[in-house]
Amino acid sequence: MIRVVLPAHLRTLANVGLEIELEITTVPTQRSLIDALEARYPVLLGTIRDPVTHKRRPFVRFFACAEDLSHESPDAPLPDAVLTGGEPFFVIGAMAGG
Amino acid sequence: MSGVRVLVGTRKGAFVLTSDGKREAWEIDGPFFGGWEIYHVNGSSADPNRLYASQSTGWFGQLIQRSDDGGKTWEPVGNQFQYEGVPGTHQWYDGTPHPWEFARVWHLEPSLSDPDTVLAGVEDAGLFRSTDGGKSWQELAGLRGQDSGSSWQPGGGGMCLHTIIVDPSDPDRVFVAISAAGVFRSDDGGKTWRPKNRGLRSGSIPDEDAEVGHCVHRLAMHPSRPSVLYMQKHWDIMRTDNAGDSWEEVSGNLPTDFGFAIDVHAHEPETIYVVPIKSDSEHFPPDGKLRVYRSRTGGNEWEALTKGLPQKNCYVNVLRDAMAVDSMDECGVYFGTTGGQVYASADAGDSWAPIVRDLPAVLSVEVQTLT
Repeated sequence: MIRVVLPAHLRTLANVGLEIELEITTVPTQRSLIDALEARYPVLLGTIRDPVTHKRRPFVRFFACAEDLSHESPDAPLPDAVLTGGEPFFVIGAMAGG
Repeated sequence: MSGVRVLVGTRKGAFVLTSDGKREAWEIDGPFFGGWEIYHVNGSSADPNRLYASQSTGWFGQLIQRSDDGGKTWEPVGNQFQYEGVPGTHQWYDGTPHPWEFARVWHLEPSLSDPDTVLAGVEDAGLFRSTDGGKSWQELAGLRGQDSGSSWQPGGGGMCLHTIIVDPSDPDRVFVAISAAGVFRSDDGGKTWRPKNRGLRSGSIPDEDAEVGHCVHRLAMHPSRPSVLYMQKHWDIMRTDNAGDSWEEVSGNLPTDFGFAIDVHAHEPETIYVVPIKSDSEHFPPDGKLRVYRSRTGGNEWEALTKGLPQKNCYVNVLRDAMAVDSMDECGVYFGTTGGQVYASADAGDSWAPIVRDLPAVLSVEVQTLT
């Protein structure tokens, strides 16, 4: 079970609490995690990744285990601590604007 | 007539303001989609309970929200706006080619006859249509694909398609306006388009009367006279009497002819409203006085409407989609400001009062007259 923390706007949109739990049935990567997230909450389609190019939005970042994973390959494996549920995977709205 | 519903888009959410026919006491509902930029909320004239809202942020992209109960509840619908084919390039601010990139939906224009059909004007400029209530969107690519597309350039707010007007007497005739490209007209339901900018003159482009390249801020039409359109250009108020084939300036005695919003009285096709703004470098009213100007002669002769509006120390702006009229027996006129006020006049502009004073910056105002 993978724990995911969404930013406030996306929690409101998906009508979920601070943390959600996802089951990923394929190889667990950023791509498959976001795939699973969008499949469970279709309203999030296009909010984290561009709906056409599937690239991470420029003002969205991915953190886990006190590391910035935003620039990892979307097909890189997720950290072990995320896979075991020990650490959550954070989707973050970049700190910008007001 | 039983009342009006004012749909307000702001920098931080949407608001729905309702009143009875007197338009004195108002109920304020919202914010809906708090924290998101709501560039536009618009209702279907075929089914007034069907509303569409453009919800976006620079962080999380674009959503389209739909309501089937007049704005009480909303559901997100489709948000895939994919340009047809290879998008190509337009001019960037410095004149270099820049790839076409979708940023947001500026304007939603529901069909006059079918609540499930709606047009969307987007940045970077393009026109999309949904025929399934907003679930899916297809580009009307003939607009962007016509010869001039590569020469279009962004205005200060981005390269946006901000105005869509469908001729009520001929739904195949559609006008759009783009900053900064100009006016385009289709006579075949959006398949093919031609620039309609003859008579416009703009000092900020190399060829000041070029066929394309003008920063048109807004168009307005009275439904009873679809060949007459009024325009607030970056500078200049313009008018056409032949559906855009040629334009003439009608700025007349305005204190400044820069501005964004323009609209037409619901029952008097020659009565038009603008809000003069000092200049393109100072986006606030001249002399700190917020004045709506009304012409009862289709332009050229203008009178200042000031009763109830601040006449000192006022430095707000009124954006292009932030003025609207109702069609009550005595026409109501409404506009919103970047200072968060929504002003209403229940007597065609003679006097004004704020419906609400302290919203986030107002991006758009639409009005539904409810029966």
